[in-house]
Amino acid sequence: MKHQKRLERWAPWVLLLAVVIVWQVVCSAFEVSEFIFPSPLRIWDQFLEFRGEILRHSWRTFWVTMVGFGLAIVVGVLLGFVIGSSRLAYAAMYPLMTAFNALPKAAFVPILVVWFGIGVGPAVLTAFLISFFPITVNIATGLATLEPELEDVLRVLGAKRWDVLVKVGLPRSLPHFYGSLKVAITLAFVGTTVSEMNAANEGIGYLLVSAGSAMQMGLAFAGLVAVGIMAMVMYELFAWIEKRTTAWAHRGSHAA
Amino acid sequence: MTAGAPQGFVEFDRVWLAYNEELLAKNQFAVEDITLSVREGEFIAIVGPSGCGKSTFMKLATGLKLPSMGSIRIGGERVTGPLKFTGMAFQAPSLLPWRTTVDNVLLPLEIVEPYRSNFRAKRAEYEARARALLQSVGLAGYEDKYPWQLSGGMQQRASICRALIHEPRMLLLDEPFGALDAFTREELWNTLRDLWTQQQFNVILVTHDLREAVYLADTVYVMSKSPGRILIRREIDLPRPRDLDITYTEPFVNIVHELRSHIGAVRGG
Repeated sequence: MKHQKRLERWAPWVLLLAVVIVWQVVCSAFEVSEFIFPSPLRIWDQFLEFRGEILRHSWRTFWVTMVGFGLAIVVGVLLGFVIGSSRLAYAAMYPLMTAFNALPKAAFVPILVVWFGIGVGPAVLTAFLISFFPITVNIATGLATLEPELEDVLRVLGAKRWDVLVKVGLPRSLPHFYGSLKVAITLAFVGTTVSEMNAANEGIGYLLVSAGSAMQMGLAFAGLVAVGIMAMVMYELFAWIEKRTTAWAHRGSHAA
Repeated sequence: MTAGAPQGFVEFDRVWLAYNEELLAKNQFAVEDITLSVREGEFIAIVGPSGCGKSTFMKLATGLKLPSMGSIRIGGERVTGPLKFTGMAFQAPSLLPWRTTVDNVLLPLEIVEPYRSNFRAKRAEYEARARALLQSVGLAGYEDKYPWQLSGGMQQRASICRALIHEPRMLLLDEPFGALDAFTREELWNTLRDLWTQQQFNVILVTHDLREAVYLADTVYVMSKSPGRILIRREIDLPRPRDLDITYTEPFVNIVHELRSHIGAVRGG
């Protein structure tokens, strides 16, 4: 058992290492041009060489993403609360929300640029637009899936809708909520990066485009790695918070 | 108030219920023409095939649904909305998995008046009461465990405690032991019997288990399949206190058999 656990813990790192080694071997063996497809060593090299640059752009992308993500949490939770607590709101808003979610968010960037100009505005809003939907859906689902019996038990005691929502609905939707944060934070990074590629003078997205146009493929890949690391760290952070705060949801499935 | 007529604790007077206007217009009723009178402290059981409106009856008796026709009086008052002096438990224990067992039992006190207003101030007292109640149903040592650490039977005991914590005058049980194995079920019959004997609240037990109904109740009502009507009222004159041995005696078996034949007739017709 213990052995199995340790294996699971290390598995992603082992896999990563294996991929990197194969990648390096292939690049070296076939002498792939560093301008077309850089080897891991080359990317590492570039990463070190431009670390100041990468750090600066990463920081920008990071805080822009976090602002957009914060906005997404506030709006997502409020919308989810409204949709999940009223059947009418659910019926009215859900189809529209789904349609909106199907729109490619990159298509909003030019519009946002017209409204807010080049820079932070479009990036924050793109990150927000792409990441609030899963939060809304999960909060709404958590609230809407209340056992009718439990609702009867409480209603007969004179519980108001509000009581039921606060005592039962919200705690019940917490695991859904944290689950959605994990998904939403990765989406938010996508939003920011896409927006920066089109309309910014700073950020990893901007770095990717300018490195690409200067044929600095190593640097472009290094930028991708930086986004990947940030997204992964944030994902793990929210996964950890989820585990800490809603242990009952994970263990509950065994008992029932 | 009808002068002269004996006033029971629960009085159903020619009660009809259709779930909505549309069904009412089509004359499709979930329950029809229910008339019954229950004494204070009486334990009644309602049996019948599934889909006979037993659960509808529960909703009427708690005031969660109001009758389309006829009237219901409980405790001398005409029912016009949810009755706070009732407690309910269902086949699914529906405990909240993020609360400990004792916190689950305390939940009603956070909602119902007068406990709600002073819940913070008197929390210690209420918690002691909840613990005592849990101990009385054999859950000593499990008060601070989470529901998912309890077996199905234990969860159901806790669910019944939750229904009783605000000392209701009436306990409504909708197939509460339906999901349990036979041995656990019989244990819980006795738990319920003891609680009822001590506290003398009214019980309305909805079940499809005839032995359960006859073992526990003072009076058994048999309902017909949709639309739900009361076919028979049978007083169970077995002596109290009853214990499980009685379920193997001839009078008991005869009553069960007699009721069973009525249900058979319902099915056939």
